[in-house]
Amino acid sequence: SKTRERLKDSLGELFEIDRLVDQAFLEELEEILITADIGIETVNRLLEPSRKKILTGEPLKVSELRRSLREEMLQMLTVPTPPFPPEASPAVIFFIGVNGVGKTTTLAKVAWHLKNRGFSVLAIAADTFRAAAIEQLETWGNRVGIEVIKQAPGADPGAVVYQGLQAAKARGTEVVLVDTAGRLHTKYNLMEELKKMVRVADKVIPGAPHENILVLDATTGQNAVNQAKLFGEAVKLHSLIITKMDGTAKGGIAVTVAHLFKLPIRFVGLGEKMEDLAPFEPKAFVDALLP
Amino acid sequence: MFENLSERLEGVFQRLRGKGKLTKDDVERGLREVRLALLEADVNYRVVKNFVDRVRERALGAEVLESLTPAQQLIKIVHEELIRTLGETPAPLDLGGSRPVPILLVGLQGSGKTTTAAKLALFLRKKGHRPYLVPADVYRPAAIDQLKTLAERVGVPVYDTDPTDNPVEIAKKALAEAKALGRDVAIIDTAGRLHIDEAMMTEAAAIKETVSPREVLLVADAMTGQDAVNIAKSFHEKVGLTGVILTKVEGDARGGAALSIREVTGCPIKFIGTGEKLEALEVFYPDRLASRILGMGDVLTLIEKA
Ligand SMILES: Nc1nc2c(ncn2[C@@H]2O[C@H](COP(=O)(O)OP(=O)(O)OP(=O)(O)O)[C@@H](O)[C@H]2O)c(=O)[nH]1
Ligand SMILES: Nc1nc2c(ncn2[C@@H]2O[C@H](COP(=O)(O)OP(=O)(O)OP(=O)(O)O)[C@@H](O)[C@H]2O)c(=O)[nH]1
Ligand SMILES: [Mg+2]
Ligand SMILES: [Mg+2]
Repeated sequence: SKTRERLKDSLGELFEIDRLVDQAFLEELEEILITADIGIETVNRLLEPSRKKILTGEPLKVSELRRSLREEMLQMLTVPTPPFPPEASPAVIFFIGVNGVGKTTTLAKVAWHLKNRGFSVLAIAADTFRAAAIEQLETWGNRVGIEVIKQAPGADPGAVVYQGLQAAKARGTEVVLVDTAGRLHTKYNLMEELKKMVRVADKVIPGAPHENILVLDATTGQNAVNQAKLFGEAVKLHSLIITKMDGTAKGGIAVTVAHLFKLPIRFVGLGEKMEDLAPFEPKAFVDALLP
Repeated sequence: MFENLSERLEGVFQRLRGKGKLTKDDVERGLREVRLALLEADVNYRVVKNFVDRVRERALGAEVLESLTPAQQLIKIVHEELIRTLGETPAPLDLGGSRPVPILLVGLQGSGKTTTAAKLALFLRKKGHRPYLVPADVYRPAAIDQLKTLAERVGVPVYDTDPTDNPVEIAKKALAEAKALGRDVAIIDTAGRLHIDEAMMTEAAAIKETVSPREVLLVADAMTGQDAVNIAKSFHEKVGLTGVILTKVEGDARGGAALSIREVTGCPIKFIGTGEKLEALEVFYPDRLASRILGMGDVLTLIEKA
């Protein structure tokens, strides 16, 4: 987009000439960071040391500021990252998140990725609520070439999880991907339903689910923090996937969420096809925020 | 998570109490809190800037400077300006022109278009209209099935889309079908698309060109962040909008994106989606969203529902 280009240009210009940081520079930098959805609190924390320096008249070079900002943001994204898929057999992975973020599509992409790495994969259609959610996953299953365990629309999602995991055990499947219905984190009943699905998984396969992935849409603003907080209070979260990074939204809130909740970002979604998934690269991500 | 603006301003002005008349600097301190509150509510940075400038102009007048309750005065101004920006009164759907009246829904992936199409159909059916639903998303797996299922639930006939047709043909044929069936409104659901996807944006413009919809509604997620301005601007420039529907409003997002969208397109927000159920569509009231953006609760809605 034009805005993005403009911001990029302006930041490029900002950093190009290695002049001293002044008030106007900080303001422009603030705009760039805030419009990337990093969140005002995080931005203030990132810029506070530079503001202080300027107030006390201490010289600060633009290149120095850039380096320290980059390091600070990389630091925020540095959290322990266990192997993927988790070391369990079968490894059970839940895809969780609010409505429409891309859970089902991302599940298909991850299935494709794992299949290409030689894993046997099975999907469970535990979104029995949304119209045609089961058909959607089945279509993906056919495309990717994996089996999808399903029941009729309206079935109890816990029961589908139960049946699917039994099937996985019987077949010796290595990785099971569970598609859950979109739900707002503020809805008590739906969060209880999610907890129940997790309990059922643990009953069939002690220790399961081994990874609960919170799927976040890069276009989302500050609400992503509440999403991570409340989903994390309901079930243990292990990681994040950021979708729709092919748009113009920078997904800056992911930095804040990863940092606040100490969650590694596994992948980013870059489109609607099954190959549109890339491992998360912190450096590339930060560089896109701070060209 | 966030303190509401009212508490913050009380805090700021409390510290100044006893100093006598407020100075311009004091007002600036209050405005800084206003700015923060809006940014935390996801209102776009630039939009916030313009908005705060408008508020400043009024706040430097006597109503705030000489007031015994400056926090409340400032809140009042902010609230009024928000309502003014959001569009004062609810904007009804335009259902004029020859029957069937086409309504086109567009937006990013996953924003809620298909669900909203069914909700609108139900809303109109209850008002005595004879709506028709048109699935014109041939890309997303099971998108046609999804709308057909929803159509059945709301008791509205649906066009039997041939998935090998292109969306422009679909819209055209469906409209003819709607006419033959004596339907009076045709709601066209389109595939989600990125505003920077030139081919897909051209397609949306071509559908519009072909069916001349009375309403082109951008369906936007209330949780959208700063990018709302770019999204709305592109859809408005490339397709041309007449209104907005804000979805997923029943959560705890502040919904500042609505202000950004309204500011860059000038198009009224017509409805809000407040749930996954097909009844969960409400007429948009600017004052309620204004309170919400400020974190001051949706008091009016609560009162009305009680
Ligand atoms: N551009 C883009 N679109 C995506 C991406 N991931 C998913 N989508 C699209 O986003 C829309 C919603 O995706 P779904 O996978 O159905 O989302 P979901 O979270 O399962 O939705 P619910 O189950 O209804 O909550 C679809 O149109 C997808 O094609 C991505 O990385 N980029
Ligand atoms: N909580 C809540 N969920 C909603 C609302 N409107 C739609 N949804 C949900 O959001 C998700 C996406 O809705 P869809 O109608 O499939 O969105 P779409 O824009 O048609 O998606 P694409 O066709 O993939 O671009 C589904 O899970 C819907 O149930 C709403 O007002 N509140
Ligand atoms: Mg889904
Ligand atoms: Mg749709």
